[in-house]
Amino acid sequence: MANLPKSEELSRVNYEMPKKVWSKVETTFEPGTYCYGEKAGPVGILGLPNPREWDPADPDWKLVPDWKETMNKSFKTRLERFRSLKVFMDICVRCGACADKCHFYIGTGDPKNMPVLRAELMRSVYRKQNTASGKLLGKIAGAREMTEDVLKEWYKYFYQCTECRRCSIFCPYGIDTAEITMQARELMHEVGVGINWVVGPASNSFMTGNHLGLKPHAIVNSVESLLEDIKSITGVTVNPTFNRKGAEILFITPSADFFAEPGIYTMMGYLLLFEHIGLDYTLSTYASEGGNFGLFTSHEMMKRLNSKMYAEAERLKVKWLLGGECGHMWRVVHQYMSTMTGPASFLEKPVSPITGTKFSFADSTKFVHIAEFTADLIRNNKIKLDKSRNDHRKITFHDSCNISRGMGMFEEPRYIIKNVANHFFEMPEETIREKTFCCGSGSGLNTNEFMETRLKGGFARASAVKHVQETHGVNLLTAMCAIDRAAFPSLLNYWTPGVDTSGLMELVGNALVMDGEKKRTVDLRDNDLLLPPENSSEGSHV
Amino acid sequence: MKILFALITVLILSLAAFTGVEYLHMEYVFGIVIPYAAFIIFIAGFTAKIFYWAKSPVPFNITTTAGQQKSLKWIKSDHFENPSGSFGVIGRMFMEIFFFRSLFRNTKAGLVKSSKSESFKPGYASDKSLWLGGLMFHWSFLYILIRHLRFFLYPIPSAIVTLEKFDSMFQIGLPIFYLTDAILLLSVTFLFLRRVFIPQVKYISLIADFIPLFLILAIAFSGIMMRYVSRVDVIGVKELVMSLTSFSPALPEKVSSVFYVHFFLVSSLFMYFPFSKLMHMGGVFFSPTRNMTGDSRRIRHVNPWNYSVKVHSYEEYEDEFREAMKGAGLPLDKE
Repeated sequence: MANLPKSEELSRVNYEMPKKVWSKVETTFEPGTYCYGEKAGPVGILGLPNPREWDPADPDWKLVPDWKETMNKSFKTRLERFRSLKVFMDICVRCGACADKCHFYIGTGDPKNMPVLRAELMRSVYRKQNTASGKLLGKIAGAREMTEDVLKEWYKYFYQCTECRRCSIFCPYGIDTAEITMQARELMHEVGVGINWVVGPASNSFMTGNHLGLKPHAIVNSVESLLEDIKSITGVTVNPTFNRKGAEILFITPSADFFAEPGIYTMMGYLLLFEHIGLDYTLSTYASEGGNFGLFTSHEMMKRLNSKMYAEAERLKVKWLLGGECGHMWRVVHQYMSTMTGPASFLEKPVSPITGTKFSFADSTKFVHIAEFTADLIRNNKIKLDKSRNDHRKITFHDSCNISRGMGMFEEPRYIIKNVANHFFEMPEETIREKTFCCGSGSGLNTNEFMETRLKGGFARASAVKHVQETHGVNLLTAMCAIDRAAFPSLLNYWTPGVDTSGLMELVGNALVMDGEKKRTVDLRDNDLLLPPENSSEGSHV
Repeated sequence: MKILFALITVLILSLAAFTGVEYLHMEYVFGIVIPYAAFIIFIAGFTAKIFYWAKSPVPFNITTTAGQQKSLKWIKSDHFENPSGSFGVIGRMFMEIFFFRSLFRNTKAGLVKSSKSESFKPGYASDKSLWLGGLMFHWSFLYILIRHLRFFLYPIPSAIVTLEKFDSMFQIGLPIFYLTDAILLLSVTFLFLRRVFIPQVKYISLIADFIPLFLILAIAFSGIMMRYVSRVDVIGVKELVMSLTSFSPALPEKVSSVFYVHFFLVSSLFMYFPFSKLMHMGGVFFSPTRNMTGDSRRIRHVNPWNYSVKVHSYEEYEDEFREAMKGAGLPLDKE
């Protein structure tokens, strides 16, 4: 990160349009503006086409000779399979309502990051192949051939879209750029063109059950080390189980929660909550990933990775599934899972064993979100909370893209925060809820070589955080997404230093009053709590 | 360039009709043959496009949720922005189609200088101009279209007479100026100007974005000319239209060339329609992100082509990691 420009400099975005028409602007690959190409290893493991070592910045992409035919054929297949693709290719009127809604456009000023133009990259090829006017009139009808240059343009710009769907809610026809990006990436994968930061984790997840490639014993070890931390902070002994048959509930969370800061604190929150209410649950080392990088690869890959969840639930004979905090996991669980890998007739309709609440909204998928589950516990007074243990935090909440626009969960997390903490501040209205801005690193772009563009992509979100930092002294951003938890620390440190990142359940874990706990003086991160004056250790809060 | 190309195209069309009728006396072609052809092309093209879309399934439930989901009973869900049933979907679609709900949300982003440092941050302002312009354009167009039914029906239904009365309520000019004519002209001009003056919109515009604008402007101008400038023989026009709709086409006498220009441009618009972005009229009903419910966890959506895929089974996983799992004290299916 040493050679990054200063934030003042990066904030001076140039929105002037180039002189040349967009189709004549050449695609370049400067360091920091593109992700590395997929490597032969993971491509081979997944059985994807054309495994090889290559670099997008090289002129020669080592494509197979008939790549164009393959791609054109695949495009036709996708059109036959997805009505959305046909309709979205046909009906855009280029009104421009979406143009300045994309965080990548706001942060880079690059016109090809305007959602309408990003989609035109694909539409122009569609017209050439599928419409009479495109075939006859070519350029006049806005049509062009698929060429290696076009492929390079696709690679660059369909990997500068985080599939966050913000543009879609402003579109008068609901044209969803996420859908277009997904299809474009899927087509590129058909000819061996993809980024390693997606294919690598996907192959890990396929083989070991999680994106990080944590082997079974590593998962057990890292959870055990969290248990030691829990013991020393709260004095409570927690005993989770792994791969246990006959548990009532299988709990699945993104693997980053097992291993990486600050996700591990969220994990501690889950573990404390389940202990507190005496939940009969198990974790799995096989289905050890909530996230699904298949979503960022292809519909087929999404299904290949997602299938582990139900398979493991069936093997362990649990009644239903509970899921942790993860954005794209919930896009898949909420909108794809039951269709793809269901019906899960071997499971039971989910009912909270603590409150008796029937989660009838999850009757088909049998998968309940931890925030829904916890909000219900709080509402029914089933957990003991001490809000003041989050008093050292001034909190703002980031609505994660997929949770917002691919699910619609806005109230549950806010209800929970208000019940576990005293200081909660909303960011400006245009940047939250359904209008929320992406962290800039979603959909598999959370890779270091792409940092400069990620920072630009996160500019809109970070600026809103900065606003509440300046006006309310906010020092913590809470988000229910593993990619957020991974991306925000560097993003906020760059744009608005002094704001930490946490998951929602970390706050719950801080506030939970456990049976037999010792007097708490620190939070789950070992930061000193803001204790009442008589007990205060010289105001040593963070 | 793009603008000029579109402008010239529409000018050529207008001139073709004018020359054809005024000098070459091809009334039969412009008054009967082309309108029939346009009608057939429009119906056939429109239907074909709808079938083309409908042929592909909607494999997944990809609703864009812009409001609170229906979850716990005590949390109020948003019926229209995140529909949990067909009532909500109908409401959502109704708001979208009749009132352009999504455009109403529109904002404008720009950079704002920070007061404390040399840095900038994005700022957002509400921007309802596109919403208003679009709404005015579509509603006035529809109004004018319905008003034109007076040429197709005999006797003229009282509803249409009422519409006309309402449209001329300000009683300006003679013949009385229709309000919707003015609104249409203004809104189309606005939609054109924003394509020229907003740099981003100009940059994304194609020839295909200017053609319909010019075509509609030309249609409006020729229509207004007929009514206010070169007074066309309305009885003659009605005779022609009625003869067309009763499939016994007959050319009236002494209908001016301006009418034929108007008629030909309308025919052109109809012929162009099914092959252009104007199909958003049909497509808006087909958009899966808007016309589906958000309750995909409650009710399973079925994908007709849901083929099976290669997975990595637990058995394979245990085979690979058996020793490590045993070492970590994990239960095994096979010892």
